[in-house]
Amino acid sequence: MIALQLPALQVLLPLAAAPLCLLARRSGAAWALALATGWAVFAVAVALMLQVAGSGPISYAMGGWAPPWGIEYRVDAANAFVLVLVSGVGALAVTYARESLARKIAREQHALFWTAYLLCLGGLLGVTVTGDAFNVFVFLEISSLATYILIAMGRDRRALYASYQYLIMGTIGATFIVIGVGLLYLMTGTLNIVDLAGRIGDASLARPKLAALAFLTVGISLKLALFPLHLWLPNAYAYAPSVATAFLAATATKVAVYLLLRFGFGVFGHSQVFSRLPLGEVLLVLSIGAMFVASVVAIYQADVKRLFAYSSVAQIGYITLGASLASQTGLTASIVHLFNHAVTKGAIFLLLGCVALRVGQPTIERIAGLGRRMPWTSAGLVIGGLSLIGVPGTAGFVSKWYLVLAALERGWWWLAALILLSSLLAVVYVWRVVESCYFREPSPRLAQAPEAPASMLIPALALAAACVYFGLSTGFSVGGAAAAAASLLQALP
Amino acid sequence: MTATSLAQLALLVPLAGALLIAALGRWPNLRETATLATAAALFAIVASLLPAVLAGERPEAVLATMLPGLTLALRVEPLGMLFAAVASLLWIVNSVYSIGYMRANGEHKQTRFYVCFALSLAATMGIAFAGNLLTLFLFYEALTLATYPLVTHHGTEAAKRGGRTYLGLLIGTSIAFLLLAILWTWQLAGTLEFRPGGILAGRAPDALIAVLLALYMFGIGKAALMPFHRWLPAAMVAPTPVSALLHAVAVVKAGVFSVVKVIVYVFGVDTLAAIDGVQWLPWVAGFTIVAASVVALRSDNLKRRLAYSTVSQLSYVVLAAALLTPLSVLAAALHIAVHAFSKITLFFAAGAIYTAAHKTEVSQLAGIGRRMPLTMTAFAVGALSLIGVPPMAGFLSKWYMMGGAFEAGCWAAAAVLAISTLLNAAYFLPIVHAAFFRAETAAPAHEHGEAPWPMLLAMAASAAATIALAASPDTALALAGALTEH
Amino acid sequence: MEIVDYVNYWIAMLLLVTGLFIVIARGNLVKKLVGLGIFQTSVYLIYISPAKILGATAPIIAPGYTLYSNPLPHVLILTAIVVGVATIALGLALVVRIHEAFGTIEEDAINALAQGDDVE
Repeated sequence: MIALQLPALQVLLPLAAAPLCLLARRSGAAWALALATGWAVFAVAVALMLQVAGSGPISYAMGGWAPPWGIEYRVDAANAFVLVLVSGVGALAVTYARESLARKIAREQHALFWTAYLLCLGGLLGVTVTGDAFNVFVFLEISSLATYILIAMGRDRRALYASYQYLIMGTIGATFIVIGVGLLYLMTGTLNIVDLAGRIGDASLARPKLAALAFLTVGISLKLALFPLHLWLPNAYAYAPSVATAFLAATATKVAVYLLLRFGFGVFGHSQVFSRLPLGEVLLVLSIGAMFVASVVAIYQADVKRLFAYSSVAQIGYITLGASLASQTGLTASIVHLFNHAVTKGAIFLLLGCVALRVGQPTIERIAGLGRRMPWTSAGLVIGGLSLIGVPGTAGFVSKWYLVLAALERGWWWLAALILLSSLLAVVYVWRVVESCYFREPSPRLAQAPEAPASMLIPALALAAACVYFGLSTGFSVGGAAAAAASLLQALP
Repeated sequence: MTATSLAQLALLVPLAGALLIAALGRWPNLRETATLATAAALFAIVASLLPAVLAGERPEAVLATMLPGLTLALRVEPLGMLFAAVASLLWIVNSVYSIGYMRANGEHKQTRFYVCFALSLAATMGIAFAGNLLTLFLFYEALTLATYPLVTHHGTEAAKRGGRTYLGLLIGTSIAFLLLAILWTWQLAGTLEFRPGGILAGRAPDALIAVLLALYMFGIGKAALMPFHRWLPAAMVAPTPVSALLHAVAVVKAGVFSVVKVIVYVFGVDTLAAIDGVQWLPWVAGFTIVAASVVALRSDNLKRRLAYSTVSQLSYVVLAAALLTPLSVLAAALHIAVHAFSKITLFFAAGAIYTAAHKTEVSQLAGIGRRMPLTMTAFAVGALSLIGVPPMAGFLSKWYMMGGAFEAGCWAAAAVLAISTLLNAAYFLPIVHAAFFRAETAAPAHEHGEAPWPMLLAMAASAAATIALAASPDTALALAGALTEH
Repeated sequence: MEIVDYVNYWIAMLLLVTGLFIVIARGNLVKKLVGLGIFQTSVYLIYISPAKILGATAPIIAPGYTLYSNPLPHVLILTAIVVGVATIALGLALVVRIHEAFGTIEEDAINALAQGDDVE
């Protein structure tokens, strides 16, 4: 019986638990509730993925209203994979968060933090699971509003301003998405994504179709921080509480990428978008811009969190680059990097949270000598860094392998060379961190600092270990991504 | 025990050794015992693989399936066997030396040093026994990363700079060129296996094969082909045992080993020989040989001179492999072993001089042979071997190399060999001469004799091995010879 | 007379561009939010205009009612309005906090202060 309700539970659990957290008021109780919800949601996502793998896509009619009139929740290989990723990182971040919150956020705000966190999680899962275009917008705004709150809870006053900037940019993005969805509705009279895909093929609607695609792409690109629409991201990541940064870096932009893929491939169809319209070329150029410009900017950052935030912008470039190639290999590269980068950046930001516990806002200066004082934390950072570079044996290598392969399949050896050259920039910024950790005397703040508590270190290192695991055993990541890519490509010609 | 599980053990033993050494970090004597025991165990394992490989067996093992259709796999073949045997044998010798060196110089963080050493050896074994290009690449990068803490061991500003050059060039070339070449190969051939006769034959137009060859040759930065050789002198900031084992044996040999493997098993000697547009390689290698020798001649710092000598000697291997005749490929494989024994002896001597006399420059060495006769004798053995004087091992590989040059009808290569022999003599013999036959220019800052006994022992062992290799080269020749027959 | 036929859309586009311009051009954080509000409102018009049919009624299925307006966009926009209100409310709350923390709500001044924080 429950098995049939899983798609609804996926969203309902966090959304229902959020107000309960608020009512609980007590820090411990709210955390326990969030923890239970987080892992329950993860279990649901895994169950859904198994179901999809076993018996194909699941369609769930919300409230019993049959699609395309009612809201449909639709789970296929593509979003099941993203659901597992988002809920997994979400659960791990809650597990990690207790000590970090206790030292960084006023006690009476903990319940509020968990409320916002669960709303954000529910919103992101909703965006992923729903099969209704307008519903996407609603869930997107739920998660975005919660995200603004999470960011504003950072200790630094700059967090408030970062949150405000994100609110402005995010709202513009969301509004663009609504306009795009509205145009689609005007053309087809439906909001159901599968239904939309079936009706939109009419060639007489070329111009509104182009407008809808443009609005949707720009709106979603703002959300996923596609270069040069990434300006909100570095400060938001840098000043948000560590837990929030890790969670958002690993999930929020990834869900937006999923949305781009869903609309690009699942609604418009790749032959439309990439052959008749120049979206592929535009994405390609912007992705290359992200890979190089953001990496170079990252090299010059003094704040380590901001450094890795710019690195995220660059890595998102790899994800969109894979999508712009619009082939099975390219799309697999895109989705597997979406996964691998989430794991890697999740690990890095959780570990930076451990550092922040001891030195405050982590800057290159302040993490001097980290290797001596917090050997486990810095070892984990090195592993994460290697994965960003794409050293073989780490998750990042697998993504790069597919990405270069996709470029070579096209016969674009210059693109393959550019991809590899840009990863050398990652060597530079990662090594700035490594050299500061290992070649300098500990800063005064670090002189007496012990390792972070085990409750934080273990989840963070588990993700770091996952960077290596998914570099050597790719059955889940590549298998899931390949299935997702196939299902997106097969959705429409 | 089967040969397959032995090959896997060769990878696991140094890894387990690293853990053990780390766990015993608080008790230096136990820790050093663990190092020696691991090294001895590794050599025993590698040695026990030898009969099977000589008998024609090629043990294989799949470690993991990394990507669909692509595995991490081991496959023991003659060249890898030779490389593994040399590296593991010299690890024992080098461990003895390290213990003397690290203690006499009061180095810090010795546990990290021994752990990273064991990890480097594990990576080296992985390279030697790699069953396909992906596995080779994985361990190749692992070796770079495992040696990085060793290169920057002193933690000083100079070490940091040296480390940057080291990492920048090795990682840079490997990602920008080598990985691209590997992916391209995979795209063209659909496999990355090492197969006798190559996997690219008939899969790509000639021009593309020429491009791929360039990507491979410059991508394997560890082979130190000019202009990507600078990491090697930069790595000399490391403690001498590191320079000795890693930058005379494991790391640089991993480079030329990969070069030979790629030429023999990826391109195929016959495929390359039939193609126009690949004849530039002997020229680049020849240029590197001569140019690096000239730089060595002009370097006063002893370790720097040895480093440039290594750059030049590595290109001997590349040159020999690039001549593409059976005899020259045999010479290439043989020279990997020969140079290993000779160069490690030279580095041991340099480290002994530094430890006992605190001297680092060639110009300071006048008359030192009277205070350190054993050290300088070992140095002379190594130097004569690299010049190619019989009865040292170096004569052997140079002989075959000359033979290969004539077989290929490549007079330029023969000329390069002749010129470089003169240059070798010019930068090594004055050192030996000054040490034994000239008086000390100034009294040393402190009275000193020979270095501590573990260092002397190691030096004597490697010098003896240099001669022994020439005296009974059968095993090495058999392994090297098996490379071109299929 | 295309302009008259599409007057709703022209107005919506005008509002959209005006709102966006205010968001970009104004340095005052509250004014930016005002611009954001105008920008969002324009979208409501884009949705409602095609759904409303002159002379049509709510979709009541009964004799005598033949011309219906489409109710779905109206409902969608009801949701969008709620979202918009929440966004503006949150934005204003943030501005209050920013004023407490920085002592100003002018973009330039805040940027200068934030840069000062960086140097520290």
